[in-house]
Amino acid sequence: MTAAQTGATGFLARYEGLKDHLPGARKPWLNQLRADAAVHFAARGFPTRRVEQWKYTDLAPVAQAAFAEPLTSVDGQVHLPAPLAPHRAVFVDGRFRPDLSSLDGLPFRALGLAHDLAEAEPHLGALAKPESEPLAALNTMLFEDGLFLDVPDGVDGGLLELVSVAVDPGRPFAFHPRHLVRLGARARLTLIETATGGGHCLHNPVFEIEVAEGASLTHGRMLQEAATVFHLSTIYARVAAEGTYDNFTVAAGPRLTRNEIHAALVGPKAACHMNGAQMAADGQHVDTTTALDHAAPDCASRQTYKTVLAGRSRGVFQGRIHVHRVAQRTDGYQMNQALLLSEEAEIDSKPQLEIYADDVKCSHGATVGALDADSLFYLRSRGIPEAQAKAMLVEAFLHEAVETVTDETLKGALTRALDAWWARQEAAA
Amino acid sequence: MPAVTETIETVQQATESGYKWGFETDIEMEFAPKGLNEDIVRFISAKKNEPAWLLEWRLRAFAAWKTMEEPRWAAVKYPPIDYQDSYYYAAPKQKVGPKSLDEVDPELLKTYAKLGIPLREQEILAGVEGAGSVPAEGRMPIAVDAVFDSVSVATSYKERLGKEGIIFCAISEAVQTHPELVRKYLGTVVPQGDNFFAALNSAVFTDGSFVYIPKGVRCPMELSTYFRINAKSTGQFERTLIIADEGSHVSYLEGCTAPMRDENQLHAAVVELVALDDATIKYSTVQNWYPGDAEGKGGIYNFVTKRGACRGARSKISWTQVETGSAITWKYPSCILQGEDSVGEFYSVAITNNYQQADTGTKMFHIGPRTRSTIVSKGISAGHGQNTYRGLVRIGAKAHGARNFTQCDSLLIGDLCGAHTVPYIENRCVSAKVEHEATTSRIAEDQLFYCRQRGLTQEEAVGLIVNGFCREVLKELPMEFAVEAQKLLQISLEGSVG
Amino acid sequence: MLKIEGLTAEVDGKAILKGIDLEVPKGEVHAIMGPNGSGKSTLSYVLSGREGYEVTGGSATFNGHDILAMEPEERAAAGLFLAFQYPVELPGVGNATFLRTALNAQRKARGEAELDAMQFLKLARERMKALSMSDDMLKRGVNVGFSGGEKKRNEILQMALLKPSIAILDETDSGLDIDALRIVADGVNAMRGPDFSALVITHYQRLLDYIVPDRVHVLMAGRIVKSGGPELAKELEAQGYGAVQAAA
Repeated sequence: MTAAQTGATGFLARYEGLKDHLPGARKPWLNQLRADAAVHFAARGFPTRRVEQWKYTDLAPVAQAAFAEPLTSVDGQVHLPAPLAPHRAVFVDGRFRPDLSSLDGLPFRALGLAHDLAEAEPHLGALAKPESEPLAALNTMLFEDGLFLDVPDGVDGGLLELVSVAVDPGRPFAFHPRHLVRLGARARLTLIETATGGGHCLHNPVFEIEVAEGASLTHGRMLQEAATVFHLSTIYARVAAEGTYDNFTVAAGPRLTRNEIHAALVGPKAACHMNGAQMAADGQHVDTTTALDHAAPDCASRQTYKTVLAGRSRGVFQGRIHVHRVAQRTDGYQMNQALLLSEEAEIDSKPQLEIYADDVKCSHGATVGALDADSLFYLRSRGIPEAQAKAMLVEAFLHEAVETVTDETLKGALTRALDAWWARQEAAA
Repeated sequence: MPAVTETIETVQQATESGYKWGFETDIEMEFAPKGLNEDIVRFISAKKNEPAWLLEWRLRAFAAWKTMEEPRWAAVKYPPIDYQDSYYYAAPKQKVGPKSLDEVDPELLKTYAKLGIPLREQEILAGVEGAGSVPAEGRMPIAVDAVFDSVSVATSYKERLGKEGIIFCAISEAVQTHPELVRKYLGTVVPQGDNFFAALNSAVFTDGSFVYIPKGVRCPMELSTYFRINAKSTGQFERTLIIADEGSHVSYLEGCTAPMRDENQLHAAVVELVALDDATIKYSTVQNWYPGDAEGKGGIYNFVTKRGACRGARSKISWTQVETGSAITWKYPSCILQGEDSVGEFYSVAITNNYQQADTGTKMFHIGPRTRSTIVSKGISAGHGQNTYRGLVRIGAKAHGARNFTQCDSLLIGDLCGAHTVPYIENRCVSAKVEHEATTSRIAEDQLFYCRQRGLTQEEAVGLIVNGFCREVLKELPMEFAVEAQKLLQISLEGSVG
Repeated sequence: MLKIEGLTAEVDGKAILKGIDLEVPKGEVHAIMGPNGSGKSTLSYVLSGREGYEVTGGSATFNGHDILAMEPEERAAAGLFLAFQYPVELPGVGNATFLRTALNAQRKARGEAELDAMQFLKLARERMKALSMSDDMLKRGVNVGFSGGEKKRNEILQMALLKPSIAILDETDSGLDIDALRIVADGVNAMRGPDFSALVITHYQRLLDYIVPDRVHVLMAGRIVKSGGPELAKELEAQGYGAVQAAA
């Protein structure tokens, strides 16, 4: 670890202080898991820009901050977004709040992780790689709670909302929820996640997602926290034969968003769709980093990511597709496009293909540009005011990504999130 | 036998027998002692009778090199290189200024004959004064600088070029005859401490070509340098500097070969190009260093820094490379697009067969307004070959209206090879437009069958399709070399494939 | 002459040809008609040697040579030409280069002198004119960006240049308008003579109005169920394949 990582030092000190009081402190397997993670985190600290995967995203503001743990009251009232579905699990500052949640009648088990760590044992840490991702190490070292979903074989779990609210306690704080999602064979679930709230906080969730044979998980994410929040999420997904993992993420709010997804297609004919729209305004930084492992034959993957940058902002897209030797007949496609709305915006993009099988169809594309002046003029010449014309063109730009979403509830929610972002930009302008 | 399996086997049959340039010339050589230290740097500088400023320049580079670490970020694997176990200076002993063919070492003559360099050029290459100012019948004259291990042995057409004010000579000669030009530009595009291999080269470079095209002059012929590594345990560290003054135009080609040896030999060159207002430099490479045998034994380690600066408005630098040789290729010919409306181009074909590894691509730095760049990269992997395109497109805040288009295509032949694409796109200018596309595929069964139904053999069909795959790049080569390159592609993929 | 006896073949382990017996004597044009999935294209691929079409029994000889034992290019050199139903695109490979390479490969295999670029161009231009093809098709990549009609004409051009002794036309009429159909048919008819035979595979009778066959065979479910003169094609058109099947 390099110097000037007071944040990292602080987290390690907190771990040392709390390790006997963290949830599961009496479980040796979990103690070991946390201790190992602490060793990894101590060795590396927060990644610096010298680390290739962090070349374009500077964590110095996080590494140098002194975060305390959240001291939220466990029964206080919080402002929650309007529900999208009958069932939802609510977390406040990373802690499960049964009183605010409505999980009754779900056809599967959905629990706060801290309450049933024994159930989680086989799954916790099964996919996360604290040795290679320091943020996953940090999460493993310090997680207190999370959502544990277990959809049995053949069950259609319907729609569940996961709401995470950060409540501003007036001083910097950090929380590291650990979410485990398991879909049994041929099970289905739509999980819509909303992250809101504010304060000077670090929200550092880690997801471990297992999709069994023929199962299908749709995972929509709306990261809409206030512009004071650091949102660094790491998702690990593993998809078995003929299973599907769909992820759609809207990042439109936090000061710094890192949306990092590691997906592995491990059984034949598995599929993964990762799409998203990331929006940044003045002073914000958005980063989508995907790593897709094609580790079995006949799998397909599709990625479409759109970045819109206004003001003095920065956007990053890094996408790696790794096709293993066994993964013959892989069909991989990735497109990332950025729209720059300001003179001061910067976009960095690093799509990457690593191919070790010969019978594959893999391609990626990247474009960067401003709003098309001719299109803008055309719209205005037809009497559409400039602001509206711009809004139309931005919407058109995002359309291709949003159209990949088939679930209507999710699509509606995503569209509203994007519209709200745009409305905020217009109001600020 | 299924068509694809057959293709793979044909490709696997490629052995050293396919490498026709692998002979060794038995010639009396002069060596500096093995190893690398300040004395060696001084030895080389003294051998070249260099002015003090250049020796100091070398020593600064050497000091920088000692503090640097060998880069390991490229997707290539090789055992550690012992920099002390190599000769840094090796030159054929020859009489000063031989006047006729009889005075030139016959082994040297034979070498050029075997390499297929025409007789008239051969006379010139061997340093016969007065010969070769008249081009051979019906053949576009090509001026050649021949670098044999550490030294330039001859440069042709100097007289003819001199009439136009063009300087084309060995860089060691330019240091003596045009020190002001060398001093003004040397190291201004690739500084001494730019990277590990560039620093090494700056300390120990022995020869290479120097080109200066005066204002408004269109160079009347292709300029070419032919690099030959011959001696054992010898590294080649050539340095090339090309300056195209305002409104001038030059097309330059380099070729290279080496004997077949079990040992790996290091080639760490630096090429610097400077294009002033309205100047154009077209730099083409057909890289055919010994690639090692079918088991991956031997072959050249090719760690090369090539960079061009488009300093002037509307200047243009175009890199075209056909990389078929070397055990390892580490090479990123780049363009610094400073002048407004300047243009950078990179066209590349890289083939890795057997155990060859290539990590190659380009960097386009868009600094001036309305600068444009085009990148077309075709990677072909066969056998156990690993082929990586690594590229950077960086658009600065002031590069208003800058444009980049990048196309990277990979072709895999067989399932033991790898094809990788690692582009970096960095843009901080709202009015810039960047487009990048990459694809990976293999030769489709139906394409092979279609060709065979029309009577082509498996090998001919693969050759035809691979050449089609590379067409966009090959058409950028000067006509005569395009034909050579096509043949080379087939030979590289083969024993066989064409 | 092409002689097929008891030919059976399978694709992906599924039997498609279930015993074909057929003779096309030298100088004759035969038509094979059949509904979709009857094995028409399989027959053309088996005869031309495409990978993945496994011969499980029977024989096929051409002028006494066992063509099934030959590589695809050897069959081509022996004079067998397949006009593809879906001509393949070869990006970056110029049409002229391709045609000349193919022509010279076959000439070489037959011990004939190869044509130089000028001789080839002269010949190609002549043949193209006859097929109402513009010169610029020589410069373009093989079939790349060609319309359906252009692709089919390009197939006929190849046939005209390579001068096979037997041509298999696999649904060459599909996707052609009436003018293109006429041009293609004229191209085939111009080849007709004592040394040229053809196997015209088609779903519809339409093409056979322009290329009048000596014999018509009906292929159904991997077998030839009926053979007859040109009138059989009209009969099929009027009554449909169902009637033939019922009768057979």
